[in-house]
Amino acid sequence: MAVSTKDKPVSVQPIQKEQILKVNNLEIFYGEKRAVNGISMDIDKKGITALIGPSGCGKSTFLRSINRMNDLIPGARAEGEILYEDVNLLSKDVNVVALRKEIGMVFQKPNPFPKSIYNNITHALKFSGIRKKSKLDEIVEESLRKAALWDEVKDRLHKSALSLSGGQQQRLCIARTIAMKPAVMLLDEPSSALDPISNAKVEELILELKKDYSIIIVTHNMQQASRISDKTAFFLSGDLIEYDITENVFTNPSEKKTEEYISGRFG
Amino acid sequence: MSSKTSDRIATGIFVTIAVIIISLLIGLFYFILVNGVKQISIDFLTKPSSNLLAGGGIRDQIFNSFYVLIITMIITVPLGLGGGIYMAEYAKPGKVTDFIRVCVEVLASFPSIVIGMFGLLMFVTLTGWGYTILGGALALTVFNLPVMVRVSEDAIRSVPRDIKEASLGLGITHWHTIKTILLPSAFPSILTGAILAAGRVFGEAAALLFTAGLSTPRLDYSDWNPFSSTSPLNIFRPAETLAVHIWSVNTQGLIPDVKEVANGSAAVLVISVLIFNLLARGIGSLVHKKMTASK
Repeated sequence: MAVSTKDKPVSVQPIQKEQILKVNNLEIFYGEKRAVNGISMDIDKKGITALIGPSGCGKSTFLRSINRMNDLIPGARAEGEILYEDVNLLSKDVNVVALRKEIGMVFQKPNPFPKSIYNNITHALKFSGIRKKSKLDEIVEESLRKAALWDEVKDRLHKSALSLSGGQQQRLCIARTIAMKPAVMLLDEPSSALDPISNAKVEELILELKKDYSIIIVTHNMQQASRISDKTAFFLSGDLIEYDITENVFTNPSEKKTEEYISGRFG
Repeated sequence: MSSKTSDRIATGIFVTIAVIIISLLIGLFYFILVNGVKQISIDFLTKPSSNLLAGGGIRDQIFNSFYVLIITMIITVPLGLGGGIYMAEYAKPGKVTDFIRVCVEVLASFPSIVIGMFGLLMFVTLTGWGYTILGGALALTVFNLPVMVRVSEDAIRSVPRDIKEASLGLGITHWHTIKTILLPSAFPSILTGAILAAGRVFGEAAALLFTAGLSTPRLDYSDWNPFSSTSPLNIFRPAETLAVHIWSVNTQGLIPDVKEVANGSAAVLVISVLIFNLLARGIGSLVHKKMTASK
């Protein structure tokens, strides 16, 4: 095979990446209590953005507001803008069902449906109108391969998803989200409930997914954020304290609070 | 008293309670079956009942019991399930929802004789139907519906929230999530509720006395036209169920073998309920396994 320099990945970072989400002055309330205090940030396309901060700092609340999962919580409301393709996702006119197909989510605790592995993936596909068996088979295999789970489950696709280990269940949940081909994936501490080996597999998978998806990940694990993310946002008590390229945040933070947090002095 | 002794005493008390419950159950079964089973014969099960002569059977009463049960469940289950889904998934928490819940609970604790009187006014007199199977089934629905609503609501609420979020998070509508995720997961509990409701229908006499009546017309089991007056399938005919039959022969029976007929009927009733429960549970667990792929 002829090797030319063209085939090698370009290592030079483009100065300005394209943006997929623009957050403007977002405020989120639970009843009277304000959980997020007017944050503004842009999220890069096809990159990994990590949200870090102590428990209760509003990072998960922010994440869940992007695909409107907070709608399920009585009394929760959001003000400001989250722009995606020039549409404000917080607007009442947004079709939430269509939005969640575009912006998928993986939760902290693996939450497969109490159905077979195969049906876990086809559940949402069938709803979105894909009925042909061959097409479904194809997508199931493709998404399980992408989630690095195919080899482990290909012989028992019709067994219950609950028979899988925790790490496998979480990769199934990722596969299920991939199958919908979303533009953005929101990951809410996806590996915090897993053992170190499963955690490593999930991290590897996230790095792989970055090629095709824009990923926003909430994590409590500082090493994880520094290992996999391109940009890191540090939240504290509902405020966005610092948002920069991950390397800068971890080696040369511009805010004192950030430095204290990542060096483990609180949180 | 040391914690060890109190632990022993607690264990002792609970074991005693369990023993009392079990011996009551065994005693009851023994009494009913020993007295009743020897009355059961092919003749007893396949002959219509007699008003004056000894040797009458309970064929029509058995059929009526099952038929009233089926008609009641056809009305109760969809309505109860719908109510449960509304209460668990759509009703906004607040004063109105709490009020509905209180109403449901009050309705559930209504004495069945009162519901029978209500049924007499509503489904017998007001509608002008007279004593009918449909009237009986509607009266039974009135007092089974609250149980069904309550059970369905609890069953749907107890499905883990994260499974529901997963489905909604994949861009699936609320209704489709209820249909394909929540209801299948809640199915075993809902089935238990339906079986409990069915048991109440089977054993109920008071609510049926004034609604489905104390008599059965001459039935022709080869007549399958549900509009014919001699057809067993006609829902606008009076129908005496087994439980009502036991009550009526005991209180106003003119036949010489009252005791034998009552005992035999009681045994048939108990055995039917037992078989019905086992069958419903067996079929239910098969369906659940198929839906959840757990083997």
